[in-house]
Amino acid sequence: MQSCDIAVIGAGPAGLAAATTAAKLGFSTVLLDEQPAPGGQIYRGVETAGADRARILGPDYARGRELAKAFRASGATYMDGALVWNISTDLMLDVSRAGASTQIAAGSLIVATGAVERPWPLPGWTLPGVTTIGALQILLKSSGVVQEDAVLAGSGPLLWLMAAQMVDADVPPRAVVETTPRANYRAALRHLPGALRGRGYLTKGLAMIRKVRRAGVKVHTGAEDLAVEGKDAAAALRFTVKGRAHRIETGSIGLHQGVVPNQQITRLLRCDHAWDASQMCFRPVLDTDGLSSVAGIYVAGDGAGIGGAKSAVLRGEAAALAIAARSGRGDAARSGAVRAALSRDAAVRPFLEALYAPAPHVTRPADDTIVCRCEEVTAGAIREAVDLGAPGPNQVKSFLRAGMGPCQGRVCGLAVSAIIAERRGESPEQTGYYRIRPPLKPIPLSELASFTPADRAAE
Amino acid sequence: MTGARDHGADLIVIGGGIHGCSAALHSALRGMSVIVLEKDTVGRHASGVNAGGVRRLGRHYAEVPLSQMSMEKWYGIADFLDDDCGFQIAPQISVAETEAELAGQQARVDDLNAMGFSHEVMLSRDELRAHLPAVADHVIGGLASLKDGFAQPYQTTFAFQRKAETLGVRFFEHTAAQDVRQEGGDWVVEAGEARFRAPKLLNAAGAWAGDLAARLGEHAPVEAIAPMMIVTSRLPHFCDAVVGAAGRPLSFKQMPNGTVVLGGGRRGRADKDSNLSEMLFPELRLSAQTAAEVFPIMRGATIVRSWSGVEGRMPDDIPVIGRSARHETLFHAFGFSAHGFQLGPGVGEIMAALITTGGTNAPLAPFSIARFAEA
Repeated sequence: MQSCDIAVIGAGPAGLAAATTAAKLGFSTVLLDEQPAPGGQIYRGVETAGADRARILGPDYARGRELAKAFRASGATYMDGALVWNISTDLMLDVSRAGASTQIAAGSLIVATGAVERPWPLPGWTLPGVTTIGALQILLKSSGVVQEDAVLAGSGPLLWLMAAQMVDADVPPRAVVETTPRANYRAALRHLPGALRGRGYLTKGLAMIRKVRRAGVKVHTGAEDLAVEGKDAAAALRFTVKGRAHRIETGSIGLHQGVVPNQQITRLLRCDHAWDASQMCFRPVLDTDGLSSVAGIYVAGDGAGIGGAKSAVLRGEAAALAIAARSGRGDAARSGAVRAALSRDAAVRPFLEALYAPAPHVTRPADDTIVCRCEEVTAGAIREAVDLGAPGPNQVKSFLRAGMGPCQGRVCGLAVSAIIAERRGESPEQTGYYRIRPPLKPIPLSELASFTPADRAAE
Repeated sequence: MTGARDHGADLIVIGGGIHGCSAALHSALRGMSVIVLEKDTVGRHASGVNAGGVRRLGRHYAEVPLSQMSMEKWYGIADFLDDDCGFQIAPQISVAETEAELAGQQARVDDLNAMGFSHEVMLSRDELRAHLPAVADHVIGGLASLKDGFAQPYQTTFAFQRKAETLGVRFFEHTAAQDVRQEGGDWVVEAGEARFRAPKLLNAAGAWAGDLAARLGEHAPVEAIAPMMIVTSRLPHFCDAVVGAAGRPLSFKQMPNGTVVLGGGRRGRADKDSNLSEMLFPELRLSAQTAAEVFPIMRGATIVRSWSGVEGRMPDDIPVIGRSARHETLFHAFGFSAHGFQLGPGVGEIMAALITTGGTNAPLAPFSIARFAEA
């Protein structure tokens, strides 16, 4: 059996920083990540990206190289291509790697599994040709591919970042269809003075928007009632602006409504979660250093609440320092400096959260819209189950199979909770969320049949 | 003195699983006013998360009459509950891999025939393949109950609850019975701010029923167990039956949507104090191997989901059903030891008859709680 002091899951900025810090402090550290190389989503492929791709992706992306380099030199054990598909409450990790599953026992766990895109069920979103902007960006980062003639729709910084990167790649999007409600601008203004502490972010954001507009990309703002038309594949995007109907013919549509913490592991481990009304998502309940409600389990990075890459690095370091402090190896001065830097970096967040809060139509899909795409469960069916008396997401899941498919609720979970909460007239916190059961991602039966358990479990 | 948070009825049922809900519904049909107290939500534990087998095959001989009676209820469940419960008639088959296993199955059929039951039949090598074309070559025959089936566990338990509510049964969820006592000929149950009072009490508290029985002075050694189930992604249709094996733990079923549910006796970690159960995948290694050996097509399957739930098991693997040995007005139906789902519709009716009339024709003697009385 392999065992370690600290297991870190996820090789994005938070995981890299956490593992680097932990290893430097002398802990036996294992970093497990599904991808073949460090970087996570934001710095995907950063070690191998050529000059042209690095130019398109910009200096923020290139910064990931330093992180990856420091991690490689840290002495931490790196397990690439490793899928952690189950974790027991005594911190035994079931790990699939190169077609075989084994177990790793950890003393402490730092979950750095980042964010997922907010679900946005709209008519036709399951048609081929419709994807998320996050998925479009993965294509760009991992293989330099840019979708031609794509329409980007939705709201949030990533929408503009992707559009600007497409412009830089000389494959500009066909159009940008922005759903940010006009009321959000007024709500965000209130937070502008505070956000000026982090004006670097604001300057960058405005520059991206300017770049897209200057390139001649058609931008529609205040879009509502979005729907994808098409029979076997996407053929057009329909929407209204101030009541006026628009229709853009396209076979390629990227959707995005911001990112939310990936809760799969913290839910699996039954950590307490709270509803963040500003970010409109659940996040694990954590202390200032990222310790969850379950002993030994820390969360760093966007999985702790959306804060971006810089904050992710700081939170990763904070978690490792906190574990060190518990065994008398802490560095109080450094911990204090990290907390101060985190507070500075978070200054822009209230502004961004108010500006990019999802429009009401995003969380209230029409009755005939599919919400759980694995099992093809509609919003209307969920509302009917609530009317019958199903008190929460787990009963709806048992009743309708919503969240039971291969994605295990990763895609639809937040949307299902929101629909139930609205129907029952309660807060999402009262409604709660799916209980997440292993495997976190599918594994072959043959692999389970030849599973090599650790001694501890085979007793 | 009664207040706003006092509730009275003819019968209080503790436990909102399929047995509590079924007994409540049948008692209401017999004209009783009924309150069901559930510490979590209805169907939260074993009743909502079992494998859904509606199985007469292979039951303990003492359970066979109850199982037969319950089966009749299953055949009419859609009309009875106004919900089809996902119930489908299907063969339940136990495959034999050795001559010794086959001989054991034949002896069982002879015993059942002598008792007057003919629902379990032997399948020859060819008959077995007519039902299970995908079965492995080494399998030589089997034992079957051809008109058993399967259903959706949560949908079924939820349907019992809803039907019971239409008959006036009051359900109190998130209501844990904290203090249970007799007072002036009534049972009084305190749960938080609320107080419930009724002349009769049914303990249908599953894995937690032993604790309740102990508080009322009766010994019932209920062990909390966590049966584990795994589910594969969709496979081409290859199996219409629910399949077990004579010689090793296996419970195998392909659902109408193509997914395969695998269970079979392996247990995870159960903690009834925290309400939680946890999967232990190394324990499932043998289940995966068995499935792939009995059905070679399973070698290419992918596991997408798993679940477990907290269930109550008795040391002799048969439930406690019947009147308390200490209190005339206390009744028990618990400890179904991971095979109570099929019995729910029938045992609920038996309990309602026993509670309302004081008697039943059902052969309940083997299930008496008195068998655990400490000398």
